[in-house]
Amino acid sequence: MAIVYQKSKGLTDAELHYCPGCHHGIVHKLVAEVLEEMGLLDEAIGVCPVGCSVFAFRYFNCDMQQAAHGRAPAVATGIKRTHPNQPVFTYQGDGDLASIGAAEIVHAAMRGEKFTTIFINNAIYGMTGGQMAPTTLIGQKATTCQLGRTVEQAGMPMRVSELLSTMDGCVYAERVCVTDIANLNKAKKAIRKAFEKQMAGEGFTFVEVLSTCPTNWGMSPLKANQWLKDNMVPYYPLGVIKEV
Amino acid sequence: MAKELWKGNEAIAEAAIRAGCDCFFGYPITPQSEVPEYLSLHMPQHGKVFVQAESEVAAINMVYGAAASGMRAMTSSSSPGISLKQEGISYLTASELPCVIVNCMRGGPGLGTIQPGQSDYYQATRGGGNGDYRTICLAPCNIQEAVDLMQEAFDIADTYRNPVMVLMDGLTGQMMEPIEWREIPKRELPAKDWATTGKHGRDHTNFINSLYMVPEECDAHNAHLLEKCALMAEKEVRCEAVKCDDAEIVITAYGTPARIALTALDVLRAEGVKAGLFRPITLWPFPEKELHTLAGQDSVKAVLDVEMSAGGQMIDDIRLAVLGQKPVSYYGRAGGVIPTVEEIVEAAKKALKEAE
Repeated sequence: MAIVYQKSKGLTDAELHYCPGCHHGIVHKLVAEVLEEMGLLDEAIGVCPVGCSVFAFRYFNCDMQQAAHGRAPAVATGIKRTHPNQPVFTYQGDGDLASIGAAEIVHAAMRGEKFTTIFINNAIYGMTGGQMAPTTLIGQKATTCQLGRTVEQAGMPMRVSELLSTMDGCVYAERVCVTDIANLNKAKKAIRKAFEKQMAGEGFTFVEVLSTCPTNWGMSPLKANQWLKDNMVPYYPLGVIKEV
Repeated sequence: MAKELWKGNEAIAEAAIRAGCDCFFGYPITPQSEVPEYLSLHMPQHGKVFVQAESEVAAINMVYGAAASGMRAMTSSSSPGISLKQEGISYLTASELPCVIVNCMRGGPGLGTIQPGQSDYYQATRGGGNGDYRTICLAPCNIQEAVDLMQEAFDIADTYRNPVMVLMDGLTGQMMEPIEWREIPKRELPAKDWATTGKHGRDHTNFINSLYMVPEECDAHNAHLLEKCALMAEKEVRCEAVKCDDAEIVITAYGTPARIALTALDVLRAEGVKAGLFRPITLWPFPEKELHTLAGQDSVKAVLDVEMSAGGQMIDDIRLAVLGQKPVSYYGRAGGVIPTVEEIVEAAKKALKEAE
């Protein structure tokens, strides 16, 4: 019988701990497939964050380090500078990357560190239970802005891809989502391009994936997908933000 | 080998290169900035990695990444910067990653002063970050000893998969003195088969982690770290006793105050006071048994602890070691003021008088 589909060798057999409808599992799969297809699994060293994907080291079939909250880009710098020919990536959420780890990601991009960051933006803190993130939309409710985020109280949400694209060391930044097959395919291509540019030694590469958090958004997976399209995409436009 | 004149911080940096340091990640802060300055020039010349990080927080996490992928990694800073590194040091110890951290101490608290201090003994010997852990803490009292200890610092770190702190005060970092480059015996080290180097054909992934969701697993991990501490305490204690055989007053000091105390011993002995010096070289593990035995010696009437700290910090360990056998008193200056020979002599006489 012909095999038409099988799990990527880039993933282990461990059962994912993510909530139903969460996009982490899909993005894990895409990263794993890209690493496998590019023949990089034996060489790759990944860094997972603090947040829902803290246990990503259980799921990726490559060597992994778990970093302190927000520090993954610094950890990846330590790895890549001492292993310049190997693929290195960080996998971080928006609380981790855009809030506590803002300095680390900005300076990694500034230095043009030759690793790839996969940035999961679901506009909320997932693991700690739905608090406001720098990426939470105006009016969006979270446990630390229960009446909805206001500009007066918390400012406007941060567009990280646009911010990093101002750095000369950042050679590629693209924002994608995985709400449907067409977008999922685009997301995979973006992840592949990021790793290709990394392996060509071009500089820092960044893929922002708009993602759902049905649990903390208080929505069904399908409704969360629709909410992402209706609310996140208008503020966080999809597409290539920067390509050198 | 001929002696060469070196500045403390530059000598430490050179010693790190000679000890096989693969990579250095640092951030400027007085009085340690000569360490990153020297290494920024010389590491690349040796084909090694130097990165000036955006903060002490980033620097220690770069150390984490490099150490976890099997490299000999180092960072250096001074007191307020070391405070910022504590999160990373806790993670490094929890994840059992070897590295060397140089702390060229200045006076505190807060921004304090850029002058030498010893007010970070608690932080260096009690863990410093969150959780139950210890880092080995080596405290050289001159540049020669600092240089000689660098090879050992890296080797000890690799032996136990534990961070090692080289704790000196700003004076040792900033002064110049003649040293010689000695061949320090290298230890036989375990293979780093745990490192995340990329699988390279390995049939399993390596991962570095300090998170345990199951309480019993975290408890077992803590027990493992504690066992390692017991082993380090058994094997790695270092100290020096000078003129203690007939001492009636034992001065305890580490780093620069220990050097000053050596001169105070001569002054005291010239005046007929039998004074000795007990100098811990490892602050953790503390030479508890050695000091306990010395304090129990019949000739000893009193112990005087001297530190560059307001109320004394090592004095807690001194008291725990002496265990009430003899009276323990304290003399110290803080905020960058260095105790003088005369002040130590007076304090020793006073301590002896009070004991009698």
